Amino acid sequence: MVIYGVALLSLCYLAGVILGDLLGTLIGVDANVGGVGIAMLLLLLASNSTSIKLNLGSVTASGITFWSAMYIPIVIAMAAKQNVFAAVNHGWMAIIAGVLAVAASFALIPVLSRLGRDKTAP
Amino acid sequence: MIEQLTELLVKNGLITAFVFVGLIMAVSNWFSARFTRGHIHGSAIAIALGLLLAYIGGSVSGGSKGLADVSLFTGVGLLGGAMFRDFAIVATAYGAELDALKKAGWVGALSVLIGVVLSFFIGALVAISFGYDDPIAITTIGAGAATYIVGPVTGTALGASSDIIALSVAAGLTKSILVMLGTPLIARFIGLDNPHSALIYGGLMGTTSGVAAGLAATDPKLVPYGAMTATFYTGVGCLLGPSVLYFLVVALV
Repeated sequence: MVIYGVALLSLCYLAGVILGDLLGTLIGVDANVGGVGIAMLLLLLASNSTSIKLNLGSVTASGITFWSAMYIPIVIAMAAKQNVFAAVNHGWMAIIAGVLAVAASFALIPVLSRLGRDKTAP
Repeated sequence: MIEQLTELLVKNGLITAFVFVGLIMAVSNWFSARFTRGHIHGSAIAIALGLLLAYIGGSVSGGSKGLADVSLFTGVGLLGGAMFRDFAIVATAYGAELDALKKAGWVGALSVLIGVVLSFFIGALVAISFGYDDPIAITTIGAGAATYIVGPVTGTALGASSDIIALSVAAGLTKSILVMLGTPLIARFIGLDNPHSALIYGGLMGTTSGVAAGLAATDPKLVPYGAMTATFYTGVGCLLGPSVLYFLVVALV
């Protein structure tokens, strides 16, 4: 049943967000710490467990894959609701800070990728 | 007649948003095939178009939610809001490889930490070079260069003035928009084509919306890996910003 897939996804989402909130409170931050990441791990574990028989193509799974496919359209809507006007009109300092932060982070990706590879290579 | 129609579309905002995004996607895919022969991904064009419309919406309405402040498009705000975005991100985890995650576990965690500290110090240095000498202002702007959530959270915790907080949000927004637009263009040059580097990319960039859109326009298969690490970034930033990083700034300035 499609609703089983949607319900499982929703359950993982809620559990993750609640745990992320608890984690935030625990370490004393007013923010959700990794709630979505935890939810993703839960869904991964659930979909890999043998007791919940889920496979791509089953009707239950389509309750999850539909939302996964809706991801790009949602991201487009998200882009359309960003405060681009404020970002562009807040002067050079904010723009320079943002641009340099992105450039430096991009530059570090190949460095860190190599680091991880070397350590995990057999 | 037109008034009645508008009212109806506003009342069914979310459904109107589905049609709206569908149209943007169709135009973008057509543009991608017709003018770039598929070289620039349709979704990359759609995201750029979304940002452009957000700019127009913001300048017309004077609000802070881009196109969603124009009454006809309030549904876009709901569809593109944090609830649907995070829900869809979680859904992308279905079918991801558990092994890739296990392998990159520690580098992923390390990349989040390095990403926060790196962006923070660059933002702080820019603030100093623009003549700010108050540690609270420097810390808040630095935190904003991490993400536009870390900035205000840090600024509020430290008692920064609202114009400094607004600046930190603008820095974070610039970062997020640039990650959305820049990722598909630069992916080839930084080896962003496998789950391992996507995990690190998510951790270094940290802006969930930027990473989400950037990977969607690059290779949708990489989305779960980047999104997974990125969601820890804001939490770590909010933790370090008003504490360790602030003390460091006080000690150094």
